[in-house]
Amino acid sequence: MPRALFEKTGQAVWMSHLDLMRLFQRAFKRAGLLLTHTQGYNPRPSVSIALPLSVGVESHCELLDFDLEGEGVSCEEIKNRLNNALVEGVRVLDVYENEGKIKNLALLDCVVTLEYDTGIPEGAVEAITSLFTQKSLIVEKKGKNGVTEQDIVPMIRKMGVLRQDDHCIRLKARICCQNPTLNPVQLGAAIAKYLTQYVPDFVSSCREEIYTQEETIFR
Amino acid sequence: MTELLQRILPTVQKPGRYTGGEFNEIKKDPDSVRVNIAFCFPDTYEIGMSNVGMRILYGVMNQMDGVWCQRVFAPWGDMEKAMMEHNLPLWALESQSPVRDFDMIAFTIGYEMCYANILNMLRLSGIPLRSKDRPGLKNIVFSGGVCAYNPEPLAEFVDFFALGEGEDITVEIVSLYDRAKAEGWSKEDFLLAVSKIPSVYVPSFYRHEYAADGTLQAIVPLHDAPAKVTKRIVEDLDSAYWPTKMIVPSTEIVHDRANLEVFRGCIRGCRFCQAGFSCRPVRKKSPEVLYRQAVETLEDSGNNEITLSSLSTSDYRGLKELTDKMIPYCEQNRVNLSVPSLRADNFSRELMEKLQTVRKSGLTFAPEAGTQRLRDVINKNLSEDEILTTCRNAFSGGWNNVKLYFMLGLPTETDEDVLGIAELVYKVIQTWKEHATNKKRGLRVHVATAYFVPKPHTPFQWEQQITPDEYLRRCRLLKSHFYSKSIEYDYHGPDLSRLEAVFARGDRRLGVVIEEAMKSGAKLDGWDEYFNYGIWFDAFEKCGIDPDFYTVRGYGEDEILPWDTIDVGVSKKFLQRERRRAYEATITPDCREGCAGCGANSLLKEVQCDA
Repeated sequence: MPRALFEKTGQAVWMSHLDLMRLFQRAFKRAGLLLTHTQGYNPRPSVSIALPLSVGVESHCELLDFDLEGEGVSCEEIKNRLNNALVEGVRVLDVYENEGKIKNLALLDCVVTLEYDTGIPEGAVEAITSLFTQKSLIVEKKGKNGVTEQDIVPMIRKMGVLRQDDHCIRLKARICCQNPTLNPVQLGAAIAKYLTQYVPDFVSSCREEIYTQEETIFR
Repeated sequence: MTELLQRILPTVQKPGRYTGGEFNEIKKDPDSVRVNIAFCFPDTYEIGMSNVGMRILYGVMNQMDGVWCQRVFAPWGDMEKAMMEHNLPLWALESQSPVRDFDMIAFTIGYEMCYANILNMLRLSGIPLRSKDRPGLKNIVFSGGVCAYNPEPLAEFVDFFALGEGEDITVEIVSLYDRAKAEGWSKEDFLLAVSKIPSVYVPSFYRHEYAADGTLQAIVPLHDAPAKVTKRIVEDLDSAYWPTKMIVPSTEIVHDRANLEVFRGCIRGCRFCQAGFSCRPVRKKSPEVLYRQAVETLEDSGNNEITLSSLSTSDYRGLKELTDKMIPYCEQNRVNLSVPSLRADNFSRELMEKLQTVRKSGLTFAPEAGTQRLRDVINKNLSEDEILTTCRNAFSGGWNNVKLYFMLGLPTETDEDVLGIAELVYKVIQTWKEHATNKKRGLRVHVATAYFVPKPHTPFQWEQQITPDEYLRRCRLLKSHFYSKSIEYDYHGPDLSRLEAVFARGDRRLGVVIEEAMKSGAKLDGWDEYFNYGIWFDAFEKCGIDPDFYTVRGYGEDEILPWDTIDVGVSKKFLQRERRRAYEATITPDCREGCAGCGANSLLKEVQCDA
């Protein structure tokens, strides 16, 4: 089955996972590419997107698996035709015969931007850097079964804290994204919980790259 | 502004509806634009983007050189709160610029209970509500849509109304504005000139005088304004503009599918139905044109569903030809074809089977009244026999789900008519018992009653609305006669329909009530989450206006009606004749069996009424 690597940026980040599925289903149609459908009472076009992205989060490494009726359209052409049929902010970077099984996707790099409207408080960078060297950080996680507590430290492989400018600190982290999953938002939540004097005014995040358990790039 | 919006968006529900950026959204170079139009839909994005009229006019205006029409929708409560907190004025989706920076602000109004939204959107834009408080040519507020057929409750707020179908008149209006802006006209000069465009109604050019009893005594045209303003129609729909490059929303909307209008007008003449009279005369589109537009729309949008819409699609003469062409195309391209509002006739039954719409939606009937007598009064041409025959076929085909819609409070209705609903429902249950092939899953009959609202430009425009208490008594009476567990009975609360009745036949004096209610927080009244009757009740009290004047009082046939200036093509004489026939329980056959002489064909110059 072919796979598309795509990015979701700009105002497109406000689309939900379901919106994005619908967008692709229609984009394939607009591009004149007929998707195969699932069997059953309610046939659905066969598209699936790995690791649903939270609304508001940017990404440069989304994966879409799909299956087309018939053969004969090259990967390059699929990419070009899709890009003409998509909306601003959603762009296919590559189309290829899929290699890795989605279940082998284990880690991702993310950048979390902490914005301080009145400037970065004294000592914030140092405090945040040292926070993420703790042995354990318990953060509340809202899930389907209500609020649970989660220790996020075992799910962080790498963490860099950078002062981007006078107002922004960037956390560059490599974290678990499947079994278990750490939502990058939780990095901001840890700061809000443990460093109450350094709570940022606004937090945004972006997925940069995805990896296997062995930390090789996943495609 | 965008920065601020970025901060707000994560905090609100469904942020995708506030960003624009959908497929086929129209962007223009601001330097090439002479007239900026903010096209406002006074409800949420999901509702507004489902509106075909808005899509047509968006395309019509954006086809004009030097004109950029952008969309604006009412924000949900959470977004409104955030906007207030951050001093963020209402913006248009395409450019994200504030509505108050636009030259023209257009509203399409299809429902009386969005009047508070209109004022609220002006308030959120920071634009003065009243026409007289907007002195310049900038921020001209104009409006169209079904509710413009009685525009009086909005007379103080809207500078002018465009009556009827907007394909041509909108171009004339915008072109005139283009010239006025270039030549630096005053607002007064512009309104004078725009009032000369046929089908434009400038409410400030009419003085309404009231008698001591509160009824209208005179409507005095000023500034040479026409005594009657006749609605505009498009005569030849085949050559009329149709947007095959429609915006495809990136987030889910109410009617998330392509939509194709097969004809305009209605041959039926149900006496309570405003659209049935005000959308006349009947004009068709040819199946060839429709098929071509369907394919173009589907290919361009990538939609996997298309609806053939009209007031009564079974009455479209080309339906068989069109569906014969479309079904193979849709099957091949995995598109669902949906044909709503089919009548219970033989062809429709066959078609339904072909489309398998029954499987998806179950059967829905709108007999509106429980007895044949009352159905004759309202001229609803649907017999018990037709209902039961269709039910029998469906039940023997394995379906177990029926919806039946009625109105309570129709003219001449007695308790016998109310109980007739229960009898009809039992006959449906009996039919199921006799013919169901699959009884294990049981039968579900969903019955809903609405509170009758008399509408302008219908034979019932003079009728009284029954009191809310009487309506509730009839609901309870009906309920007490439903014993079967198969029946699910829903009745609408009376409050919303009471207000709808007030504003549907309201006059200019109601403007203050809408303003007062909006300022006290009335908004999104069509949504249960927000509708608050208390706010409206207090507003009536505070303004010293009795809602009963507009509802239970009824209007005299010799009375001047607030909407008398507006001519939708159907003559008052015809409406009076139809009203008398209603009282005699005499039906008027549909227009295809013989012209009933409504007068709407006088709007046609080039083609014949296609009834």
